[in-house]
Amino acid sequence: MISFSPSEDQQMIVNMVKEFVNDHARKVYRECDESGDIPANVIDTAWQLGFIASSIPEEFEGFGGERSALTGTLIAEELAWGDLSIAMHILCPALVATPVVEMGTEEQKRQYLPSFCGDQFKVATAALIEPSYNFNPASLQTTAKPDNGGYVINGEKCYVPLAADADLLLVYANESGNTQGFIVEKGTPGLEITEREKNMGIKALATYELSLKNCKVPKENRLGGDAGCDFGRIMNLSRVALCGMAVGVARAAFEYARDYAKERHAFGEPIASRQAIAFMLAEMAIDVDATRLMTWEAAWKLDRNEDATKEASLAKMYADDMVMSVTNNAVQVLGGHGYIRDHPVELWFRNGRGFATFDGMAIV
Amino acid sequence: MIDFELTAEEQAMIDSAHKESLEVIRPLARYYDEHEHESPKDLIARNWQQQAEGGGSGILGLGVGASLRILENCWGDAGLMLVAPGSGLGGAAILTSGTQEQQAKFLKRFGEGEPKWGAMAMTEPGAGSDTAAIQTMAVLDNETNEWVLNGEKIFITGGQRAMDESDGLVVVWATVDKTAGRAGMKPFVVEAGTPGAHIDKVENKLGIRASDTATLILDNCRIPYENILGSPEVRKVDPSQTAGFRRAMATFDATRPIIAAMALGVGRAALDFVKDVFEKEGIPIRYGLPRHELTAMERDIMDMEASYKAALMLMLRAVWMMSQFQPNSLEASMAKAKAGIVVSRITQKAVEMMGPLGYSRKNLLEKWMRDGKINDIFEGTGQINMLIVARRILDYTREQLK
Repeated sequence: MISFSPSEDQQMIVNMVKEFVNDHARKVYRECDESGDIPANVIDTAWQLGFIASSIPEEFEGFGGERSALTGTLIAEELAWGDLSIAMHILCPALVATPVVEMGTEEQKRQYLPSFCGDQFKVATAALIEPSYNFNPASLQTTAKPDNGGYVINGEKCYVPLAADADLLLVYANESGNTQGFIVEKGTPGLEITEREKNMGIKALATYELSLKNCKVPKENRLGGDAGCDFGRIMNLSRVALCGMAVGVARAAFEYARDYAKERHAFGEPIASRQAIAFMLAEMAIDVDATRLMTWEAAWKLDRNEDATKEASLAKMYADDMVMSVTNNAVQVLGGHGYIRDHPVELWFRNGRGFATFDGMAIV
Repeated sequence: MIDFELTAEEQAMIDSAHKESLEVIRPLARYYDEHEHESPKDLIARNWQQQAEGGGSGILGLGVGASLRILENCWGDAGLMLVAPGSGLGGAAILTSGTQEQQAKFLKRFGEGEPKWGAMAMTEPGAGSDTAAIQTMAVLDNETNEWVLNGEKIFITGGQRAMDESDGLVVVWATVDKTAGRAGMKPFVVEAGTPGAHIDKVENKLGIRASDTATLILDNCRIPYENILGSPEVRKVDPSQTAGFRRAMATFDATRPIIAAMALGVGRAALDFVKDVFEKEGIPIRYGLPRHELTAMERDIMDMEASYKAALMLMLRAVWMMSQFQPNSLEASMAKAKAGIVVSRITQKAVEMMGPLGYSRKNLLEKWMRDGKINDIFEGTGQINMLIVARRILDYTREQLK
């Protein structure tokens, strides 16, 4: 039976996230963007809310809540409405936790999951993107080859969030034509994390380039063991997470531009009283809503364990364009003021452009 | 609980509409496009029979299943879908504004006898989107206790079938007080055969040619006092808050998502055409690849599919809210505005992509491009719906945002 009404539990979680982002993320996000750092207390406060531990089963010391991609997109939207860098930082450990919960072997679950359920933010991340314009997640340049009963990994990665501090890295590599995940622990010889990247947006999120030179991992570290992982599903879980975040960023920009247009007077009346501005805002509102609903549908399908490649990739394609156009319009509504860093719209505009690039940088 | 699964009943409704569109409607589509003012009598009889068996169907209170059935009908043919007999938009107005007695009196005919049509007359030569500017007058003759209607109404969908070809009716919007603006606007039921009411002209159109679009002349047309829907009282308070206008708008909240569904039916027809051609040529559409790996054709199709899905979701939400008795003015206008743009873009792009196949009248694609365009115009143009969306999101009155 079709319904567009979130459950009471989902509504409660959304309200909790809204409170967190209003009290914390929204208070510091500009400063974070300028300095490149997120205060530890913001991350710690978010960690206490249990975004990661909540969907880890009790037998591995988690809260044992129901894992839902749909609930995940609701959380992603609200966090990203607060700030995209902070959202991606907070959810970064899920880049390892989610694939292990869904596809890990019993041994991998026992070994890794409890570490995501402690009091301290667990730094773990994934390395998927490669530094090339024609990067293709399904056909990676980084290779994993059998070696003495284990694997040897070679390649270059970029846009790896929190890599410098990560205890665990889930490295995706090309294994005889298929993309598979390999858990690489901090300090593994051959793993070299190079400089922190400087990007147009998400400046508060520490991302790194890294190289893997004859980096050897035991065969037990192959995600999912002999069965491997369902990389298509991992990508779809990532797409809906990014879609949710794109909706959050776009909604933030829309709301700011809407409120500004009602305050700002020109020719004796608010600029929102002119159709040229009002119609831009209407279009923004329509596309934000449409993207959210498409994201929900794709996530709903993933929650039923169905293949959602078509739904998730169409939603992502739509979201990439939507967030760019909405944030661009938000800057435009503010005119010259939109270009000044006293207002946040330029920040959302820079962050918005990233979604077409952020493959696999967030997951629900 | 957010859910996108159709019930078995809804799915059955859609499947049967799809089958009928494929087997019955599509084979007739081209003929009635090329023979504009002919009536598909067999199809009408068939629809009438189906409605009698199904217990009739109004436009109001339509749920998700019915909206998707209408989508399938329009996937078959939008013009022929509009020809289906029934109380139509006139019935919608009677249901939102009429008393129990009026509903019984005026709607009974749609469940018995020969096929009949109900229509709504709002637009005038000098008043389209600006409905408050209508000039058609209704004056009460106290001696006979009759309303006397004078004026000219144009662009009445199904007007000819309602007035000339059946014992149907038209709900005519007229003003009882020109100085009162919207507050003076009232709906009146004019039944077929009423002296002083006649169809003057049937338009030649770009598309949806199977459906008649008529002009109704009201020349000292006398109707009983009881044919006014709602109160005759004119309250000159905040005009947007008056009952008469509110009722007209409530009708739109119900009909706009349905227009969105109609638009989507035409859009999907065009999309399916393109995908079928690709499939026959053995060209796969590869989802999930990075953009730089896709062909231009694949990108075009995916853009069309994504925008189709965006409008579909907005439509379903608006219909779902209506079925939950939640106010849906904003969402209805969002759905209508988006679907109007999307159907125009998809059909126009499809004709472009298919080259000689698209432009030729041998195929239906060019027809769908012509048919689809109406959805961005009737029941409020795309721009009027954008204006409604803008006012709602800004919390502005009509005075604050013109």
